[in-house]
Amino acid sequence: MILALLLAIVIGGALLAWPLGRAHPRVSRSVALIAVCLDLALMLFVTARDFASGSAASGWREQLNCSWMPQFGIRFHLGLDGLSLVLVLLTLLLGVVAVLISWRDITTAVGFYYFNLLLILAGILGVLLSLDLFLFYFSWELMLVPMYFLISVWGGERRVYAAIKFFLFTQLSGLLMLISILALYFAHYGATGVYTFEYQALIGTPLSAHAALWIMLGFLAAFTVKLPMFPFHTWLPDACAEASTATNLVLGSLMAATAAYAIIRFLLPLFPDASREAAPVIIVLAVIGILYSAILAFSQTNLMRLIAYASIGHLGFVLLGIFSGSALALRGAVMTIIAHGISIGALFLVAGALEKRTHSREIGAMGGLWDTAPRLSGAGLFFALAALGLPGLGDFIGEFLILIGTFRTHMIAAIIASCGVLAATFYALRFVQAAFQGPNPHKWRFSDMTPREGLVLGVMMALLLWLGLNPQPVFQALAQAASNAPGLWR
Amino acid sequence: MNSTQVLSLLPLIIVAGASVVALLAIAIRRNHALVFALTLAGLLASFISAFFAPRGPATQLLSMDQYAMFFMGLLTAASFFVAIFAYGYLAHRKSRKEEFYVLLLVATLGSMVLAASSHFASLFLGLEILSASLYGLIAYLRENPLPLEAGIKYLILAGSSSAFLAFGIALVYADLGTLDFAGVARMVAGQHGASLDLLIPGAVLILAGIGFKLALAPFHMWTPDIYEGAPAPVTAFVATVSKGGMFALLLRLFSQSGADRFPHLIVVLSILAIASMVTGNLLALFSNNVKRILAYSSIAHMGYVLVALEASRGLGAKAVAFYLTAYFATILGAFGVVTMLSSGERDCDQLENYCGLFWRRPVLAMVFTAMLLSLAGIPLTAGFIAKFYIVAAGAGTHIWALILILVITSAIGLFYYLRVAATLFRRPAPDGQTTPLPKIAPATSLVLALLTVIVIWLGVFPAPLLRLIQFAIGNVF
Repeated sequence: MILALLLAIVIGGALLAWPLGRAHPRVSRSVALIAVCLDLALMLFVTARDFASGSAASGWREQLNCSWMPQFGIRFHLGLDGLSLVLVLLTLLLGVVAVLISWRDITTAVGFYYFNLLLILAGILGVLLSLDLFLFYFSWELMLVPMYFLISVWGGERRVYAAIKFFLFTQLSGLLMLISILALYFAHYGATGVYTFEYQALIGTPLSAHAALWIMLGFLAAFTVKLPMFPFHTWLPDACAEASTATNLVLGSLMAATAAYAIIRFLLPLFPDASREAAPVIIVLAVIGILYSAILAFSQTNLMRLIAYASIGHLGFVLLGIFSGSALALRGAVMTIIAHGISIGALFLVAGALEKRTHSREIGAMGGLWDTAPRLSGAGLFFALAALGLPGLGDFIGEFLILIGTFRTHMIAAIIASCGVLAATFYALRFVQAAFQGPNPHKWRFSDMTPREGLVLGVMMALLLWLGLNPQPVFQALAQAASNAPGLWR
Repeated sequence: MNSTQVLSLLPLIIVAGASVVALLAIAIRRNHALVFALTLAGLLASFISAFFAPRGPATQLLSMDQYAMFFMGLLTAASFFVAIFAYGYLAHRKSRKEEFYVLLLVATLGSMVLAASSHFASLFLGLEILSASLYGLIAYLRENPLPLEAGIKYLILAGSSSAFLAFGIALVYADLGTLDFAGVARMVAGQHGASLDLLIPGAVLILAGIGFKLALAPFHMWTPDIYEGAPAPVTAFVATVSKGGMFALLLRLFSQSGADRFPHLIVVLSILAIASMVTGNLLALFSNNVKRILAYSSIAHMGYVLVALEASRGLGAKAVAFYLTAYFATILGAFGVVTMLSSGERDCDQLENYCGLFWRRPVLAMVFTAMLLSLAGIPLTAGFIAKFYIVAAGAGTHIWALILILVITSAIGLFYYLRVAATLFRRPAPDGQTTPLPKIAPATSLVLALLTVIVIWLGVFPAPLLRLIQFAIGNVF
């Protein structure tokens, strides 16, 4: 029931925020903030309750299963386990951040903006919670249109181009996944005589190796485009260059998290053999992606594009961890998803704060900002260091585990990927040097962090430190999820 | 003919009667509102009677079964909405308005006959009733050159396509000696001296005639011109009632006459489907006229439904019914918006007329966006469940090639739907003069609100409609 409430609050918030925006923009901002905060409180309550009672040692903490379209065997089936719990918490946390940082930035059609933002959050939560493949696809697609509007209405100069490119990439790959879902559905019917989209039931579907590979490719297309994986990544830098800061946060941090989650939750358990077969190819692409994105990030002049390429590099590590076949690396991949969400998200925020002050996203327009805005520059340095994998911060734990785990199964890939960590140092430090240090050629003088920015960035810093120094709660939650897919985690 | 049979014909009798009453009312006294009210009452009564009329084969020609009643309900409902659009559209025009509704009722009657016909004679009758009134409807605003041109085009092309159809029927009759769908099926199954030499050409000619009405490629040439030239409510009618009745007929003909047993015909249908999906979606990319874009998109949509038709052994028939229902609601909504914005000499059909509509009429722009997204098949809208149903039906009968083409072409389709949607949200130039928007017609707004609710309701809770379709169509096929 709690899960339905979770979705109902965001969707209700979206439906309220829009019309109320006509009365006064502030009202719809507040409605959005209250809705997301309520959800966050609800999830924290669930976490604390289970932690205190120690009850949910394994399996699903919360479930909701009711009939939706019985004619097709479609059920409204939601479930929460440790894996989805940590990602739901991440989503809601970044959701609050997104609402807060759009507070001043968005001034036109405010109600419609928050309507879209909350609807995307609902779609993401739906993806993270659904245990019915139809519901999953439904939520997956639900994210698209609002995101299209966020980019195309509140974006920069070439926003329509970027929005359409984003939409076509993700929609086409999503349709391929739809074919795969249906193929699986009918294969299951052929084998058992039952029409169902139920996750648990479909896991055991007997498939010929040939069929399994083709069906798996449909899923893989959708997930790797959304993540994005090299060579399907080109939409992300374009979109990030045009979209507003909060949109980039959702696009770069949260959508990637849903794609990685979907690989772990659906692709690997549904097609264990086919995914093992495809793993070498994915690992090669992931390693290429890590190095390639580092090189491209180094040569970007647009700050948002630089961060987008940095994000693609991190996601290469995530893919490497997921497909390495090592449970240790898989844990590292989940850790990286979370840490990447926070550190890359925070970098987008810093870039957005700089853009607001310098009215530019070009690194060349900045320089020597440390004197005029020391706290903002310090935050930029902190998150750049987090992104390059400084020990003591969350990203390090994730990448370290991925490399250790992969080293045992794919040694060469692990060695080359560790060069990628080195390469990340170059672009991260270049960003810090070019933006904050050296002379101040444009004679910038502006105010330092506002209290709202300070609060948001401070919380994110604290979380990264906490994840870096005490990652155990996350691993505990994952261990609890392990019983839902036993083949995966050990 | 006993009383049950007469009662089962009630939906048809009511619409026919309403057209006569409307005609008499005009003869006595011209009153726009009165004729409009009579039309609505007739359509509503027919809609309600479709639920309660006894089911069964009413005559040799008409089979008033569950299936026919379902489509008649759908057609009368669509016609009801078109009449409301027309009222707002015609209200401030100088030309005589009342006859429009008579033609509308008669055209609806023709389409309903098509949905019920189980015999080639009633097929032809229904088709001609429909076409003859459509000529008048399309050219109704005869003081403007564009509708007049469209009307004459439709007259010539529809006339020749009827000739094809008639010749095809004649060939089938010459071969089999029967015009009854069930009789054809018996002959074909038994092979009683049926030579394929005449039957196959006959079937292909019939298919060409039907393909013209449905605007399947390569018989689609008329669609963009007629859609552009006809008054917006009439275009809505052509897109829904005219095509819907024809498709109901095609589905019945296809499965009752045993046509699905001929692999040749399946190949022909596949080619038509592929050609329609590809042509429709590609041509729409290059148009800057909203009515033409919707015309090209309708070609593609009929191609999608044809894919479902080929899967009619499996889920296909139900998928067709669901798709048509969803498509009706969506396309009526889209043309409703066009109608609402059209007040001048020329309909509001240029893409630039819609530039920045969101900033001036946010609610109307959102309704239009919802309809465009439903046409594109995006979740939360009826179009999504409908497309899902077709893909599911296709996957169930393993027509993977068609499904793959459907998926790829609908991704192309997204591009132009999004182009229109993006135009709505574009910020108008601060110094550019904006065309004044017409006043809002209250009845039309109400219908648009209702259609939006239907489109979203079907996208989220399709179960009731699925149950209704299962009940209505499950027993027939």
